[in-house]
Amino acid sequence: MNYVALKMLFGDRAKYLMLLCGLSFAVMLIVQQGSIFWGLMMWSQASITNVNVPIWVTDPGIAQVDEVKPIADTAVDRVRSIDGVEWAVPLYKGLLRARLPNGEYHQVTLTGLESATLIGRPAEVLEGRFEDIRQPDAVVLDQWAVERMGGPTVVTVGTIFELNDKLARIVAIAKTQKSFTNIPVVYTTYERAIHYVPRERRTLSYVLAKAKDEIPVEDVIRRIQSQTGLGAFTAEGFGMKTIVWVLKNTGIGINFGTTILLGFIVGMAIAGQTFYLFTVENLRQFGALKAMGTSTLTLARMIILQAFTVGLTGYGVGVGLATLFGFLAAHGGNLPFAETWQLLLLVLVALLAICIVSASVSIIKLVRLEPGIVFR
Amino acid sequence: MNDDSRPAAVRAQNVVKSFGSGDTQVTVLKGIDLDVYLGELLLLVGESGGGKTTLLSAIAGILDIDDGQIEVLGVPLSGLPSSKRTSFRGQTMGFIYQQFNLLPALTAAENVAVPLFIQKMRRPEALRRARAMLERVGLADRTEFVPKNLSGGQQQRVAIARALINEPRLLICDEPTAALDGPNGQKIMQLLREVGRSPDRCVIVVTHDSRIFHFGDRMANLTDGRIVNIEHIPQEGTA
Repeated sequence: MNYVALKMLFGDRAKYLMLLCGLSFAVMLIVQQGSIFWGLMMWSQASITNVNVPIWVTDPGIAQVDEVKPIADTAVDRVRSIDGVEWAVPLYKGLLRARLPNGEYHQVTLTGLESATLIGRPAEVLEGRFEDIRQPDAVVLDQWAVERMGGPTVVTVGTIFELNDKLARIVAIAKTQKSFTNIPVVYTTYERAIHYVPRERRTLSYVLAKAKDEIPVEDVIRRIQSQTGLGAFTAEGFGMKTIVWVLKNTGIGINFGTTILLGFIVGMAIAGQTFYLFTVENLRQFGALKAMGTSTLTLARMIILQAFTVGLTGYGVGVGLATLFGFLAAHGGNLPFAETWQLLLLVLVALLAICIVSASVSIIKLVRLEPGIVFR
Repeated sequence: MNDDSRPAAVRAQNVVKSFGSGDTQVTVLKGIDLDVYLGELLLLVGESGGGKTTLLSAIAGILDIDDGQIEVLGVPLSGLPSSKRTSFRGQTMGFIYQQFNLLPALTAAENVAVPLFIQKMRRPEALRRARAMLERVGLADRTEFVPKNLSGGQQQRVAIARALINEPRLLICDEPTAALDGPNGQKIMQLLREVGRSPDRCVIVVTHDSRIFHFGDRMANLTDGRIVNIEHIPQEGTA
């Protein structure tokens, strides 16, 4: 009877397409909104992603990566002295104003890397050589900085501008993940970063570290916390801390969460109701099958097969459309869009759950269906 | 009402069926006694609301009765659990409806094969037998047509082929000619008449259509929940 069930499903093309459109739209809505939301969250921890080190050490009261709480310069050596730490380097991170040759001012995030190792540098360089950052007055911009500051005609390799009235010469353009605030990022060496910023008693923003291979990162983090009194986090933990902070302290959590929740409820309601209506419209046919001797169990199996077939097809089309959207609209990292397997799995589970629920409601109706309906 | 020595395919005794409860309770069948014999075509007639369709549903085992007993081919239906009754119905009964109730997405051959699919017969064999059955009802050239591309008479012939494919011993027909014009109705009844003449089968036809009365062997008049009379219908050349 599976054949009959599938013919019933596909046979009425208009009804089937309506059903498929409803489900595909629902899935697309949820996946697209969910991916944009998660993409936005990824952007919020771009500073961590771009630096790409396993351990971050800083003030224990820090709330998120962009809220810098300077610590004493001695922290680097204190972290290095802890058993299990393979290496530890300083990182400067702070906001500064840049003055371009055309007289325009732009706020930038100045990132100072240890000059010997350049740990924390972006992996990909679009133009120039990152190592040239060691030259006098040399800085490296990320591609978003070029875009925000007026494009390659205004800012390119070789351009000289001012940072706090001091000269800065662009030697390379690096590729990074866009950040939530989209403030241009300027890389330089740690020592030069200190030279650019106004004098402060404490200038060290973070200590970046790595645990020795044979020692679990969590153990090293616990040792750093207990022996230095500083806050130490894994990159993932610090990223999640930042995301939680964004969700709690900005309207994004509530606003986007509401949108996604509504999208989810509306999408799933469309999916469930559409399938339920499909079954109700076919009740007479099911009644005829029941009168002819089809058991209720067989009819239930037919409905479940129909629900899962259309559900999985709608899921495939919906995910395909959302992915296409992501590919076209968010290509090149201009829009936040992170379609994760966890989201796809969640939507699949939810969709199958709604298929089961709507199929169950239909089956209950079918169990109560009096085959005598066919005589009316 | 047991006035025949032939074996009874259906035996209804003191069948009572009510709907609703309390002040709104309506008794539709008020003690029906009726035997339907193998090899005959019984017409069930009477005014609308008289209980014909209810009696048909009860005989088919689709509707539970409140009192009395119905035996079909020697099996007491009220003693069977619902699942067994459904299976028994699939194996022994065929149905023809006023509105045909063909599955619109299936071709004529697939529609006819549905009872065989229910019996878990393999699809190629089921379809082969369905096509052969369609040939018997004069639709050999319409086997791959979907119902919407068939005329009313052709659709009813597909429904008859579907009802007969399982070789049921009891054929239950509810107003089989109501949606058809005169000539098509006559053709359908001719087919049913041939089925009814088979010695191991019987056909029950609910109808209002006086133009087809002459196809029956007997006619039971059901009025206000009671069989008020059963008359033998003289056959051509025997009156």
